[in-house]
Amino acid sequence: MSDTTSPVFRRPTASGWLQAWLPRLVLAPSVAIILFFVYGFMLWTFVLSLTSSRMLPSYDFVGFGQYARLMANDRWWVASTNLMIFGALFVLICLVLGAVLAILLDQKIRQEGALRTIYLYPMALSFIVTGVVWKWLLNPQLGIQAMVRSWGFESFRFDWIVDPNMAIYTLVIAAVWQASGFVMALFLAGLRGIDDSIIKAAQLDGASLARIYWRVVMPCLRPVVFSAVMILSHIAIKSFDLVVALTGGGPGYATDLPATFMYTHAFNRAQIGLGSASAMLMLGGVLAILIPYLYSELRSRKHG
Amino acid sequence: MSILRLPSLRRSALSLALMAAATSVHASDVEVLHWWTSGGEARAANVLKELLEAEGYGWEDFAVAGGGGETAMTVLKSRAMSGNPPSAAQIKGPEIQEWGELGLLGDLDEVAEQEGWNDLLPEVIADIMRHDGQYVAVPANVHRVNWLWANPEVLETAGVEMPTTLDELFSAGEAIREAGFVPLAHGGQDWQDATVFESVVLGSQGVDFYRQSLVELDPDALGSEQMVDALETFKRLRELMDEGMPGRDWNIATNMVIEGDAGFQLMGDWAKGEFTAAGLTAGEDYLCAAAPGSEDAFSFNVDSLAMFRVSDDDERSAQQALARLVLEPTFQEAFNLAKGSIPARPDLDMSAFDSCAEQSLADFKRTAEEGGLVPSMSHGMAVRADVQGAIFDVVTNYFNDASMSAEQAAERLVSAAQAASF
Repeated sequence: MSDTTSPVFRRPTASGWLQAWLPRLVLAPSVAIILFFVYGFMLWTFVLSLTSSRMLPSYDFVGFGQYARLMANDRWWVASTNLMIFGALFVLICLVLGAVLAILLDQKIRQEGALRTIYLYPMALSFIVTGVVWKWLLNPQLGIQAMVRSWGFESFRFDWIVDPNMAIYTLVIAAVWQASGFVMALFLAGLRGIDDSIIKAAQLDGASLARIYWRVVMPCLRPVVFSAVMILSHIAIKSFDLVVALTGGGPGYATDLPATFMYTHAFNRAQIGLGSASAMLMLGGVLAILIPYLYSELRSRKHG
Repeated sequence: MSILRLPSLRRSALSLALMAAATSVHASDVEVLHWWTSGGEARAANVLKELLEAEGYGWEDFAVAGGGGETAMTVLKSRAMSGNPPSAAQIKGPEIQEWGELGLLGDLDEVAEQEGWNDLLPEVIADIMRHDGQYVAVPANVHRVNWLWANPEVLETAGVEMPTTLDELFSAGEAIREAGFVPLAHGGQDWQDATVFESVVLGSQGVDFYRQSLVELDPDALGSEQMVDALETFKRLRELMDEGMPGRDWNIATNMVIEGDAGFQLMGDWAKGEFTAAGLTAGEDYLCAAAPGSEDAFSFNVDSLAMFRVSDDDERSAQQALARLVLEPTFQEAFNLAKGSIPARPDLDMSAFDSCAEQSLADFKRTAEEGGLVPSMSHGMAVRADVQGAIFDVVTNYFNDASMSAEQAAERLVSAAQAASF
């Protein structure tokens, strides 16, 4: 607006120049650093994934040979399938539990603050701590199984962590324990943001409580669900520390996830090429979630 | 490309080093990257430092903690990539060859000739220390991997003797279970599974088959009936283990033997460090014997220091001195007493060592002559890291997956040995 009214301001003064360029100057170093260290290294990883690099990076290009080897690798498929199981269950259970907890806490109960803190605190722990604690709890000779047996239920079995077919579900248990409180907090904030008058109106119309939640409250919470899914899927894809602490990828490699696969091959087994290829596929997985998210965000902004 | 770039980078790093050297009093420091960081190991490394300083050279310590040395290797790779490797690094087994192929290692032939390494070291070990016929590394110790450890009180309560064959191990295990103990302490981690597997292959199929299959990776041997037989025996050992084993660390398993909760453990002689730390005496409070059936075999795991190529003469002479001192009796004795291993040179006085170490040395000499001295697959002495990893995957998956048959596992071993190479 000032541009059109006063031509005086158009004259390039030192302060005007500074005002125009200062933000760019201040931001430039961090942009450059991010471009180099994040996007530059992504590109480098991609280049390495096309080479036969083993112990040290080399530039002997082999096309998509490493990807072909990855596809032929049993362990990669175990890791990918595990991610599907773990990711789907983790996101789903966290959402359901988080929503239920939030709705229950939203009933204007006493000591809500204290209860909320109790549910939220696991999020303050690192996954390493969660992993170690659950490792002990789930150990059949130390934890829950031993405790119930000592109560006299001799035939009680809860040995998922040592059963290769069930061990992946122990990861889900620990991760849900950690993250569902956080989802609850998101939902609670969403619930508080809903205008009371809409609910009152629905009540006046004679809608049942279940119907109000399902048809009125839930649609209002759609953006919250969306953010929660985004955040949880990232946690799921990047899960590394939880696996290392809880199961170490075992029994065998039954609980390997792509992140642990990548680390093992790139750094412990001198297969940088193969590790890079798996890292690129993981990046692909993240992008597959991120791009629709960005797309819908940008589109809604245009409409709004 | 980065490897091609290395020389020029190294030259610039070197000129920097020369400039630094010109101003520094210690004209000839050696920088040593190692992961000897636990109490006893660190003290032993300090002995080496003092020996070196007594000769007027400086020791620049570059210790990177982490038992398996994985962190240290990552640090070493980044240092080498930036053209500034340390003068010496703890590198072992076939990895020495990989670094040698990159042209980064310097030769030690001069000191090797002076000290007569060719006569001092057994041929199998000398081979590992050489690249292209030149000595590039010096061995610090010899660990034996195929050991069986036992708690004598548990054995007595169960009324069994130390087993010498795998069949005896199984029957002794049954008796121990009936007496109310865990027969075989084990930790379900891939390398521990592989350690036990290696001992079973040696114990049930003998040295020649072990060498064919797990060292030379002969596909006929890997897929043979003998391998199927070994795999079946290996899986039967599961019956002797407790269900709390997945993810357990090896020293916790050793502790089960120390505390008298378990009868046996199959583990390399670094386990002795745990027994010693608990104040136990070899031969009295705990027993050691070759893994059942493998008394004529000795699968070794040798720690070594490899020397990186330097062109500064002072630095070179410091490296040569370091290499000489590593093999000298003072360090060999101090270091191996701390590590539970035996000296890399078989000619030393063993009076300070315990009975297990004495037996280890006797077996070492005997197997070196008879041909039973073999590199350990499970500890990175026999095959490249990628092949080793692929074998680990098969072994640990087979061991833990009730539905996988020994035949399937043998087939997968064949493809693991091939698929891993690129």
